[in-house]
Amino acid sequence: MAADGQWLTFLVLILPFLGAAAAPFLTRVFGHNAAWVLALFPAFIFYHFTSFLGAVAEGETVAGGYAWIESLDVDFSWYLDGLSLTFALLISGIGTLIVLYSGGYLKGHPHLGRFFSFILMFMGSMQGLVVADSFLMLFVFWELTSITSFLLIGFDHSREASRRAALQALVVTGLGGLSLLAGLLVIANITGAASLSALLSEGEVLRAAPLYMAALLLVLGGAFTKSAQFPFHFWLPNAMEAPTPVSAYLHSATMVKAGVYLVMRLNPVMGETPAWETILPVFGGTTLIIGTLLALRQTDLKLMLAYTTVASLGLLVMLTGFGSEVAVEAAVLYLVAHSMFKGALFMVAGAIDHETGTRDITKVGGIGSAMPVTFIAAVLAALSMGGLGPFFGFLAKEEIYAGLGFASGWSILLTLTAVLGNALMFAIGFAVALKPFTGARVKMPKAPHEGPVLLWLGPLVLAVDGLLAALFSDLSHRFVSSPMASAVAGEPLSVSISVVPHIGLPLLLSALTIALGIACYLTLERGRAAMAATLTAIGWGPDRGFDQAVRGTVRLSAFVTGIVQGGRLDVYMTATFIALAAALFVPMVAFGELPTMPALPSLPFYELAVLAIGFIGLAAVLHARDRLTAIVSLGIQGFAVALIFMLLGAPDLSFTQFMVETLSVVILALVMTRLRLSPADHRPTGQKMLDISIAALCGAGLGLILLRVTQVPFDDTLSVFFAENARVIAHGRNIVNVIIVDFRGLDTLGEIAVVMIAGLAILALVRIRPGVAPLKAEKQPARAVEKVEA
Amino acid sequence: MHTLIFRTIAPYLASLMVLFSIFVLLRGHNEPGGGFIGGLIAASAFAIYGIACGVAPVRRALYFHPMAISGFGLLVSALSGGVSLFMDMPFLTGQWTEIDVLGLPVDISTVLFFDIGVYFVVVGSITSIALALEEREHA
Repeated sequence: MAADGQWLTFLVLILPFLGAAAAPFLTRVFGHNAAWVLALFPAFIFYHFTSFLGAVAEGETVAGGYAWIESLDVDFSWYLDGLSLTFALLISGIGTLIVLYSGGYLKGHPHLGRFFSFILMFMGSMQGLVVADSFLMLFVFWELTSITSFLLIGFDHSREASRRAALQALVVTGLGGLSLLAGLLVIANITGAASLSALLSEGEVLRAAPLYMAALLLVLGGAFTKSAQFPFHFWLPNAMEAPTPVSAYLHSATMVKAGVYLVMRLNPVMGETPAWETILPVFGGTTLIIGTLLALRQTDLKLMLAYTTVASLGLLVMLTGFGSEVAVEAAVLYLVAHSMFKGALFMVAGAIDHETGTRDITKVGGIGSAMPVTFIAAVLAALSMGGLGPFFGFLAKEEIYAGLGFASGWSILLTLTAVLGNALMFAIGFAVALKPFTGARVKMPKAPHEGPVLLWLGPLVLAVDGLLAALFSDLSHRFVSSPMASAVAGEPLSVSISVVPHIGLPLLLSALTIALGIACYLTLERGRAAMAATLTAIGWGPDRGFDQAVRGTVRLSAFVTGIVQGGRLDVYMTATFIALAAALFVPMVAFGELPTMPALPSLPFYELAVLAIGFIGLAAVLHARDRLTAIVSLGIQGFAVALIFMLLGAPDLSFTQFMVETLSVVILALVMTRLRLSPADHRPTGQKMLDISIAALCGAGLGLILLRVTQVPFDDTLSVFFAENARVIAHGRNIVNVIIVDFRGLDTLGEIAVVMIAGLAILALVRIRPGVAPLKAEKQPARAVEKVEA
Repeated sequence: MHTLIFRTIAPYLASLMVLFSIFVLLRGHNEPGGGFIGGLIAASAFAIYGIACGVAPVRRALYFHPMAISGFGLLVSALSGGVSLFMDMPFLTGQWTEIDVLGLPVDISTVLFFDIGVYFVVVGSITSIALALEEREHA
């Protein structure tokens, strides 16, 4: 790829973030019409990515990027093949429509600018995720989508339900993200690849490795939480607390498909193993059935769609894991179809909510004449969702049945699962698209009328796209389906299905699906009541389990904190010094490194005198009746040590020791008066003996280790280097100072930062008012957390 | 500690100590001394002044909050390390130049400013702790 194109792609990758920075200002100037300006950002991105369509359709891949940390093999690099290009086009294309829709949906909202900002940031993260090549970049963008999703779900942060849903989504997808990171590290360790493109040729090695299973489970942990597979599906319906544009964009069209993207991306590398072809269909199939059954129970339009989204994600995972080439093609077709029809239906649900004031399906009816354009969009989308011709959903469904086939018991089981799931989704899709619009007009909070162009443009364009993509299936297969299927399968595939029905098993199964679907649609109320009764009978679900897990964690940590941090300073000190003594003695004894006792050297009398002063100081400490005397006496011993440094030719050290001793005495004395301790020491004898032995052990340990160190041959490489170079390189004669400010300047910078932070912390501790008990202050946040979960 | 002698002599003693601390700081590169030890001397000067005459006069004399002085020092150190980046050398590479002060050649370096930063961090942090403790004593 040419270098000049490279910077353009880089620009496109950061463009959404630039847009996010500009959004608040634009919104202040243009109000909700800023949407028209902001939509230009994703529109340009979409346009840029379409320029790669030709090359990718020829089977080429586009890679580019910049080296970031070469020594760690970390790059900022991207990789475009059929899979990532399709995703990038979906993200920017649907993103354009969503930005416009948001302008209409949140018109007049006081924080509209912030909303635009968040959604563009999300767009940038999601786009980075799908085009990322290096593992690190993939992970960073993966986490960024979780964080931006958190911000968007909790956008209406004054409501407790929003906050809970946001936190829940963050915790579930965040845990998944960590699992993914671990999985990527394992993969990188096995194969030595640090990027997806490098990994693609390492499939054999990875599948044969003993740690393959661990890598698989960890990666799937990330994918399944992100794509809301059972039993992690519960966060997705709760995320419907977000404003509808978010639900349409993140929680149906793009972010929740990140897990599917990952599974598809790794299919050529990790697929075709028994584990892969068991785990994926089992979890996917379960999610499909459970999602559709739970969707039956709902009356809220958005929740009905949310559960069918869960189901669709399950279907995608099931198809990707099935292992046949046609199943892969089916997954690709269904993914594209789903992004279009589900995005459109969500926006329709939002438009209904916006115009009537309610989105409860039992409280809306007969608004078709009032909102004709929305009605048309809804029906077109539902036709695609139900898999009826001539829509893109029809192609997907035919391919699903052709791909799963009827060859063995296993494939029959999965086919029946798909038929049942599709039939239920058919019923729910039409329930959303027909029930509010047809029948008798009922009383609603607001009198419905057609929304502004911003509200119906998005769903209409997406729904019509679903029709056009199917009618011109040659083109869509050539540029989108075939390259993407080839990337997922890891070998060239050519998708050829068209809207002309072929008599055969798939068509028969389609007919069966539609018949079942109509039956479900007609008995929807009865099905809903039955499901509600069943769920009430079961009572417990993963959603409640999540709360219990969080509460349990909080309780456990409170319990542990109570033990580890009892609040008694003397216990902390005792524990610290026992650990110090152990750290000094255990290795010395365990490795037989105790020093040999040297003969006592003959010292000149003045050195002996200084030593004697030190000992007198110590004796005075032990003998002192009150604490102040003890502190001052400790200073005597410190000064004696400083003198010894001086006598042995270390003036800098000695100088510092003097000052440190002086300040320690001053500050200790101040602390003592501040704490208003009783002047005398009231420890019981037992406690005193224990403290004395710990102190003696620490002292002896340090002394022995120093003795041992001096008995090892001295490596003077560093000293010689510093002595030779201090004058020459660093222009200084004082080696100690040159080391501090020049040779090891970075260390010093870190140290002074620590000094300052420690100063701030101590200042805060000193300033704590005696009236506020510290324990109480500690407990408050914990209680606040509990309240959020409740 | 409100003895008359101590209170009378403390301001002079403190001024001398601060002066000495600057001397120690500046000679550090070639003779025993440097920013860390200089900072400790200055901090004890302020502590003594505070013990003798109370905290308020010290705070007035310092003008800035000691923690702000500390933060300023960290900034100076970090910035002095950044100079070398403009010379296309790694962060914290020492840069030297010679200037004329009253006809005498004096070596000036980024390393010196780094050491001055260290000095301010130490003075600021220790003085703010000491003053806060002294304040409680009198409260």
